[in-house]
Amino acid sequence: MESHDVIIVGGGPTGLSAARRLTDLGIRNVVVLEREAEAGGIPRHCGHLGFGWQSHRRLWSGPRFAEELRKSAKGLDVRTATTVIELSKDGQLRVQGSSGISEMKARHVLIATGTRETPRSARLVGGSRPQGVMNTGALQQHVYLYHNKPFARPVIIGSELVSFSALLTCRHLGIRPVAMLEENPRISAQRPGDLIARFAFGVPVRTSAKLISIEGRKNVEAVEIERRGKRERIACDGVIFTGLFRPETALFPTGLPSEKFSSAGNASGPLKTSGECWLQGAGAAQDIARRLA
Amino acid sequence: MEQRFDIAVIGGGVVGLALLRRFAIAGLKCVLLERGSDILSGASKGNSALLHTGFDAPPKSLELRCMKAGYAEYLRIRQKLNLPLIESTAIVVAWNEAELTALPGIVEKAHKNGIADVRAISQTELRLKEPELAKNALGGVFVPGEHIIDAWSAPLAYAHQALAHGAVILRNAEVTDGEFTGEEWTLASKQGKITASVVINAAGNFGDLVEAMARPSPFAIKPRKGQVVVFDKPAYKLLRAIVLPVPTARTKGVVLFRTAFGNLAVGPTAEDQDEREIATCDHDTLEKLKSRAVEMIPALAAIDVNAIYAGLRPASDQKDYVIEAVKDRNWITVGGIRSTGLTAALGIADYASQLYEKNFAKLPKKPPEPIWTPVPNLSEGRIRPFMMGGEIVCHCEHVTRGEIAAALEGPLPAGDMGGLKRRTRAMMGRCQGFYCSAHIADITKGRFDGKP
Repeated sequence: MESHDVIIVGGGPTGLSAARRLTDLGIRNVVVLEREAEAGGIPRHCGHLGFGWQSHRRLWSGPRFAEELRKSAKGLDVRTATTVIELSKDGQLRVQGSSGISEMKARHVLIATGTRETPRSARLVGGSRPQGVMNTGALQQHVYLYHNKPFARPVIIGSELVSFSALLTCRHLGIRPVAMLEENPRISAQRPGDLIARFAFGVPVRTSAKLISIEGRKNVEAVEIERRGKRERIACDGVIFTGLFRPETALFPTGLPSEKFSSAGNASGPLKTSGECWLQGAGAAQDIARRLA
Repeated sequence: MEQRFDIAVIGGGVVGLALLRRFAIAGLKCVLLERGSDILSGASKGNSALLHTGFDAPPKSLELRCMKAGYAEYLRIRQKLNLPLIESTAIVVAWNEAELTALPGIVEKAHKNGIADVRAISQTELRLKEPELAKNALGGVFVPGEHIIDAWSAPLAYAHQALAHGAVILRNAEVTDGEFTGEEWTLASKQGKITASVVINAAGNFGDLVEAMARPSPFAIKPRKGQVVVFDKPAYKLLRAIVLPVPTARTKGVVLFRTAFGNLAVGPTAEDQDEREIATCDHDTLEKLKSRAVEMIPALAAIDVNAIYAGLRPASDQKDYVIEAVKDRNWITVGGIRSTGLTAALGIADYASQLYEKNFAKLPKKPPEPIWTPVPNLSEGRIRPFMMGGEIVCHCEHVTRGEIAAALEGPLPAGDMGGLKRRTRAMMGRCQGFYCSAHIADITKGRFDGKP
């Protein structure tokens, strides 16, 4: 069985940063397993500016930041299109790759599987199930990776930082959101988020607006909302569910299997920026190096 | 294009496809017309995917007869078509004293229905079998023969087998009009005119409307909506049996069941509506379903919801299935086939073939060994394509690029995104497309343009 000092699951900011630092600290046998065809994580499809400040004191776009991450991992053993299927107690992993399933083990495994937004289903939002309902992550991939315009005038659900990322993403392809809806009386992101939304994009931010249901046969036709006790219908052709991030813990739904595993970055919640993940990845690497010494 | 067939089946749900398969294997020239852009676009897409013994079906009903025949034939042919069977068993669970007193009646009915291995179990045995069930489960009726299958690979396999025997499947082919000359039918559809000697109406939620082409419909469809909440994979381990409630007059009630895709679901509700096509979910009902599930299995409280959906089953104003031949109209009616249709489909097809022989023409006595067309496996617990390697596109459900490519090719490529999901499971997992939906939209660009 293939054996390593450290296996890192996930090749985003946390994982790549940890791999770099571990190697710099003299741990030789480090491998990163990334399930996508390219390492870099979520920033790969955040096409707007806002990345790199905490880690590199630069202001980059997401893809540029991801490229820097990959550059810094040059010479390291980063295996893309490689999916971890299962963890077992003794530091062993079941891994899927182009040639099928194999087993790998390590003295320590760092889980850096990141985060994802809560989809419509887990929010139990009613209505029909037309096309054009997605999270910010999927929208970004549509727009920045595949240059595809899934709708023209969606509503944005939520007002976290990522919700404004969704706005920026829309603007990139000339998509004009008709409203940003926040269930709470105040928006979740700090100022100047609401001002940016209103003045930079002309998108009305409506607080205390609870999404009741989604209407439409083939495509989205409208959403029904409840605001101050009144129901109202907003015509739109898409719904973007933003935020409510949850750590991607599919591999360890009931907790990490043993001492041989640790997690860092967004896989260990609460939500951090990619820059914070980069820093935390390096910190996790220090801890692991100390434990292995 | 005008084409001439022995049989035209209206409706590409599981029942229509089983009928098509049956008559195509018998050597008849068959066509199927489906109004949706893919097969399984109506009632069949939302089926709970349980393989029923018929233990609780109305005694002596046609429904029971078809279920038993369909169940037996599914078990006979499933390996040749590579169809799943998750041997789960079922338990009708009593949650209060009143329900407990109803259990002997359920056992008695099951025995009357010929399901001899059904028996009452004590609270102790129930706890041994299902330790995660809440403590207020007082006892139950154990039904060893109830199992889990998946709702989509069986009908897809029937479709492929029919195609291999020369049948034609037309999608986007809503039948808009029909004319009977006394000898044959001419059906006007969105894909042109079709001429057939005999028409079989398997139009599901539109059954009574289609029936009106031949005669005043002897049944009225009352679409019954069922909302379902699907929990994430860790829930699969919490239950073995299908947990059924003690039935009321109207419906079998809300069921807890594992799925062939490694999840655990609760539902369906039973809500009558007039709308035949769109089934909507509503937040409050979903919340109620979720809390009911947690009441039954407390450990579910810690598990995320993966998916929500609503299906529409073609219930009718009749107590039983309506399957009959209208001799002077060259017509076979297959109407009011409720959720048991997935189990019963093969039995319904067999029964309809007997009606055909009695009323219209003989079928070949002993047809040659059919061509077997195994379908890709979708279910857990068996070899799935990703285990052989290849690029995984949908990470939650481990769907490979090769599977997606295959579903877009062949004699019956996916006709829309829903059809692709039903052939592969892609985008149906916990992230609901967060990671892969844009990639899949890119792979399928220009593929779903409404071809027949």
